[in-house]
Amino acid sequence: MTAKVATVTSGKGGVGKTTAVANIAVGLASLGQRVVCIDGDIGLRNLDVVLGLENRIVYDLVDVVEGRCRLRQAMIRDKRLPELYLIPAAQTRDKSAVSPSDMVRLCDELRQECDWILIDSPAGIERGFRNSIAAADQVLVMTNPEVSAVRDADRVIGILDAEEKGPALLVINRIKPAMVKRGDMLSVEDVLDLLAIQLVGIVPEDENVIVASNRGTPMAFDNKSKAGQAFHNIARRLMGEVIPFMDVENQGFFQRIFSGRK
Amino acid sequence: MLKEPSNIQIKGIREGLMVSFGDEDWDALTSALINQINERPTFYQSARIVLDAGSHILGVNELASFRDILSEHGITLWAVLSNSSTTEQTAQNLGLATRISKPKSKDVIEPVEGVSEEKALWIQHTLRSGTRIEFLGNVIVFGDVNPGAEIMAAGSVLVWGRLRGLVHAGANGNEEAVVGALEFSPMQLRIAGKIAVSPKKNSKGKLEIAKLKDGNLIAEPWKPG
Repeated sequence: MTAKVATVTSGKGGVGKTTAVANIAVGLASLGQRVVCIDGDIGLRNLDVVLGLENRIVYDLVDVVEGRCRLRQAMIRDKRLPELYLIPAAQTRDKSAVSPSDMVRLCDELRQECDWILIDSPAGIERGFRNSIAAADQVLVMTNPEVSAVRDADRVIGILDAEEKGPALLVINRIKPAMVKRGDMLSVEDVLDLLAIQLVGIVPEDENVIVASNRGTPMAFDNKSKAGQAFHNIARRLMGEVIPFMDVENQGFFQRIFSGRK
Repeated sequence: MLKEPSNIQIKGIREGLMVSFGDEDWDALTSALINQINERPTFYQSARIVLDAGSHILGVNELASFRDILSEHGITLWAVLSNSSTTEQTAQNLGLATRISKPKSKDVIEPVEGVSEEKALWIQHTLRSGTRIEFLGNVIVFGDVNPGAEIMAAGSVLVWGRLRGLVHAGANGNEEAVVGALEFSPMQLRIAGKIAVSPKKNSKGKLEIAKLKDGNLIAEPWKPG
């Protein structure tokens, strides 16, 4: 096995990176893929909470990097999907505990063991972000349909191009169809117009995401929810499947986007 | 192997440390520098370094890994000086400064020198937020200029695409400079000493050219001929 390393990043905080990593990981693992998630947000970890694995942490990423444990010891196996693992971040340290080359070494070692390595990047464009993209083969840039988040996404895409980590894939999260219809929210088209990169997912706003995070059961375990379905679709697109984008705004527009993109 | 680091000069400047590289092989120079850093960790601790790369032509990989190695030693690389425009371009792409002291604003505006009619910087991609282009001449962008991107040009600026960022044309005082774009809706526009904010909100920009007329900054639709 040689894994593909995918990093989810956004620039701005609070757009849903951690939720996306958890759900895309569940999506990939339920397709039979062996998936390892790495929480890159050292000092402010929460991927473990969203995945419901907080109480099982013994060793973390910094322990691996500093040689206090073997890689396998820090990999927490999920309760529900046996092919899903998490390497949690250390909570009592900061971003400087790990360097970009540490991440490259760690991922190179992991590549033999799984199909996918998903890295949850912290917000910002500093050390934590650089650590998270250092080993990435593919970067997913996440944004919300609001001007400040799109502006930050644009900056991040620019940095990724400069570092030759592009082209990035775009995930637009938390779309509220009613607001878009009223003209009070940027539409998918508006966001694509500015960022001009390949779209890989559109996720509608869903209150249940918060409930799911609090419970430690990602939405993607619930096949009825639209947001969960959207994350499953992203996982399948990463696997190379061609899946039409979900209709979260209105019919005619999406057919246009889809036929225009493939 | 330990190379004699005679081709590396280090001196203290107001902005931190200036490291000047000679013409020796790039890899040899960097490893010699890292050796020096390892030998004198306290001297280099949390230093801010300006690299004078001389005539080395550096790509993204070389410069980015140089920056990352330094940052692993707790050293910040914040500027790169170079004789090569390729290296300068790479440094700007990575968000590093390419000049260390900003010239003080002078009361007397210098005559525009070195801006020849033919000289233009050709940029063949979209400028995203956070990108800054400085050029002593005309600038042509084949792509968009997104909000948060900045172009400072001594001459004129033409954008074959959507202009939504900040442009300063005639930055050295050239009042003849113009700014044009296919979709003209800059966040802010400056020509020589004049500043204007785009009055249009939420409307799609049209093909327009901006210039100074009787000391006022005006933008008007482009009329051929």
